[in-house]
Amino acid sequence: MKDINDIRADFPILGRKIYNKPLVYFDNGATTQKPQCVIDTINEVFSAYNSNIHRGVHFLSDKASEEYENAREKVRSFINAGKKDEIIFTSGTTGSINAIAFSFGERYISNGDEIILSHLEHHANIVPWQMMCERKGAKIRVIPVSDNGEIIFEEYLKLLSGRTRLVAVTQVSNSLGTILPVKQIINAAHSINIPVLVDGAQGIQHGVTDVRDMDCDFYAFSGHKIYGPTGIGVLYGKTSLLEELPPYQGGGDMVQNVSFSKTTYNELPFKFEAGTMNFPGAIGLATAIDYLLSLGMENIKRRENELLKYAAQRLKAIKGLKIYGNSEQKISIISFLLKDIHMYDTGMVLDKLGIAVRTGTHCAQPVMDRFGIEGTVRASMCFYNTFEEIDILGTGIEKVISMFS
Amino acid sequence: MTVNEVQDSITEEFSEFEEWMDKYNLLIEMGRELPVIDPVFKTKDFLIEGCQSKVWLHPEFDGKKIKFTADSDAIITKGIVALLIKVLSDRTPEEIISADLYFIDKIGLRQNLSPTRSNGLLSMVKQIKLYAIAYNAKQKI
Repeated sequence: MKDINDIRADFPILGRKIYNKPLVYFDNGATTQKPQCVIDTINEVFSAYNSNIHRGVHFLSDKASEEYENAREKVRSFINAGKKDEIIFTSGTTGSINAIAFSFGERYISNGDEIILSHLEHHANIVPWQMMCERKGAKIRVIPVSDNGEIIFEEYLKLLSGRTRLVAVTQVSNSLGTILPVKQIINAAHSINIPVLVDGAQGIQHGVTDVRDMDCDFYAFSGHKIYGPTGIGVLYGKTSLLEELPPYQGGGDMVQNVSFSKTTYNELPFKFEAGTMNFPGAIGLATAIDYLLSLGMENIKRRENELLKYAAQRLKAIKGLKIYGNSEQKISIISFLLKDIHMYDTGMVLDKLGIAVRTGTHCAQPVMDRFGIEGTVRASMCFYNTFEEIDILGTGIEKVISMFS
Repeated sequence: MTVNEVQDSITEEFSEFEEWMDKYNLLIEMGRELPVIDPVFKTKDFLIEGCQSKVWLHPEFDGKKIKFTADSDAIITKGIVALLIKVLSDRTPEEIISADLYFIDKIGLRQNLSPTRSNGLLSMVKQIKLYAIAYNAKQKI
């Protein structure tokens, strides 16, 4: 893998100072920083070929449409989907899940049906289903979680029933870092013909993603969490299912023929892409994917594992620090609390030391309720972080403890 | 002391420190001087819900002036409430309503005022002013 200093040099923001201290960015779970090549791409779209896609016959529109479709192909190959038409651009993971919750709900859900979620879900994979269930009279069943932050698989198996219509689970818990056994979850659901949606928001950036090997029916992720721009996301769906689903938004480009008496919809993927899409975002996402591929997803995974191991060791040595989420299968996230010190006080002081962490419920209130806490301090690391930065965090936490006790 | 005299003296105290850590230490110390709310008022009715730390604020009006007591589960937040109370407690409703809280800006806490910030400083100021407006209206009836 490329040298760490060279990698860091690719991300201009990592060189800046916060309150006169070098930035230590440990909020990668919330959003990742952008390499210069992504910033340059966005710049290039607007300065060299900005024009609306799929509409014009003119040169610029052709170029923008071509780049947008190339981005779709890039995403397809990155997640190893079978067909390009199975890649739908959305505004983000939230947008993708809302789309499926609506469309799938309209097509397949009726009174008394059940959807299975895990207790580890982000609000984005809870609320859209609640809204749908309310509309359709369906129910949500929840896979419980063990003390170390793993789903209890046997309980999941018990929840699967003739009433189950869909399973929607996260690939990785955003608040604890647990990697879920999605393949087994999918296998079990498929054995009784239940489709599965995987929320990949916290999974895709940490290793190789292969939707065909995983065999998920839907997969959702966000561009901004994978070093790409904000406001762009992806919904992957198997053709056979996507073709059955009604569109969730109406507008331009998603139609074949419109008259006031009847409108026929366009083919996949355009049926699900109403209005002017965020093409600069999609094209920027493609550049981010190229960048990650140049580093190698396996290399990224290895490096992040080393960081996690080092951080766990460093932080566990601090007296009074409790880590939430102790699964063996984890991404590089450490969620913790300090004894008798409010997470907010911890976060405020770390901030002034130039360390960016997230404090709160991480939009996963049910997880916090499960552990009987109001929230945690979350340090989420990624490949551009260093061991020195982990030391700075460790020293910072020790400073917090000395200030408040 | 008037509202502004108190604000000026707080500003002066904070201006002695350059480093954020020292400013925080001062805030922590201020928190210790907070007139603590009677535990019976630590209920939902008196809770100002910020995103992450809880603040309870209780007003007591004697017909002329409003006295505030408060508490928070986070120590820095407690310091911030203590500052607000120092400036705005034991004042008439009119004084509170017309107070221009420039000290927040001057001591560098302005970033904590944005509505998305988690400590809810903005909600605290709003709540204090709302109590003043309510008592003021009551007085006129």
